[in-house]
Amino acid sequence: MMDNKLFFTYLIVMAGVTYLVRTVPLLIFRKKIENRFIKSFLFYMPYAVLGSMTFPTIIYSTGDMISGIIGMLVGAVLAFKNKSLMTVAAAACIAALAVKLIMMI
Amino acid sequence: MTIKQGMKDGIPIALGYHSVSFTFGLMAVAGGLKVWQAVLISAANLTSAGQLAGLDIMLASGSMAEMALAQFIINLRYSLMSIAVSQKADESMTVPARLGIGFGITDEIFALAVGQHETLGRRYMTGLIITPFIGWTLGTLMGAVLGSILPSFVVDALGIALYAMFLAIIIPPVRVDIKVAAVILISAALSCIRYYTPLKGVISSGFTIIIASIAASTVGALLFSKENK
Repeated sequence: MMDNKLFFTYLIVMAGVTYLVRTVPLLIFRKKIENRFIKSFLFYMPYAVLGSMTFPTIIYSTGDMISGIIGMLVGAVLAFKNKSLMTVAAAACIAALAVKLIMMI
Repeated sequence: MTIKQGMKDGIPIALGYHSVSFTFGLMAVAGGLKVWQAVLISAANLTSAGQLAGLDIMLASGSMAEMALAQFIINLRYSLMSIAVSQKADESMTVPARLGIGFGITDEIFALAVGQHETLGRRYMTGLIITPFIGWTLGTLMGAVLGSILPSFVVDALGIALYAMFLAIIIPPVRVDIKVAAVILISAALSCIRYYTPLKGVISSGFTIIIASIAASTVGALLFSKENK
């Protein structure tokens, strides 16, 4: 078991770096950016981040590929139909759960 | 926009976070941390990938330098998001407000914030952070306490929640803007290349996100620059 002093040292380093990474740019970049390249870059960036975070990890996120792929397909179809974040997430979980239950039979 | 509107918009994120952080609480306690330690990590960090990597480093007794570098690399994408939020901020975003709101920049909160047509104010952003923060922290507590009771296949199935939320964020814009689809495809392809080749042993998942995101956004900005955005 880790002692409290060590735990808090880890916690402070971990949370401190995470906080600075988020906050320093928010303090520094206060003027409107006019550069067209940078504007376009920033427009595309969140989609790129989520794209690389989601694929291919999503198909392994439930512990087995079959329920992962089915869950992904259900989520993708509902997302394409503009359903809310919560509906999409819940439906993907239920689909993955259903597949797992069927495979247990 | 009011703090109430922000809190309301944050509810779907909070519910998604709840199930994801549930898994984090479960893993932290299974690894040997106490319940209060798991909850404190979530309350202080509010980030999924960074916390999972941090937990691994703690449990493996890694050095503080390794911890700092891992968090820096995995969470560097938040720097880019903070710059984008800063571009949309109105005059209510004073220095103290930015010091507080900076804490709550996450992938989902960011995506929701920059998706707004209006400028971003202090009150709306505060609300948008509060509800997911509660969901994330409470979910960790519940996972840490209740995780051992739930059957593992239920816990496994919940693992897709966060990624499904990502789909709900990135797919709708694709319908109206094929250029966004191209950028997502490039980024996802780079991530897959790393995953299915020996590069997996060389490049960490956090660093992959940074490389793929910067490369795909650069291609997007060079080939299909936005006229006025």
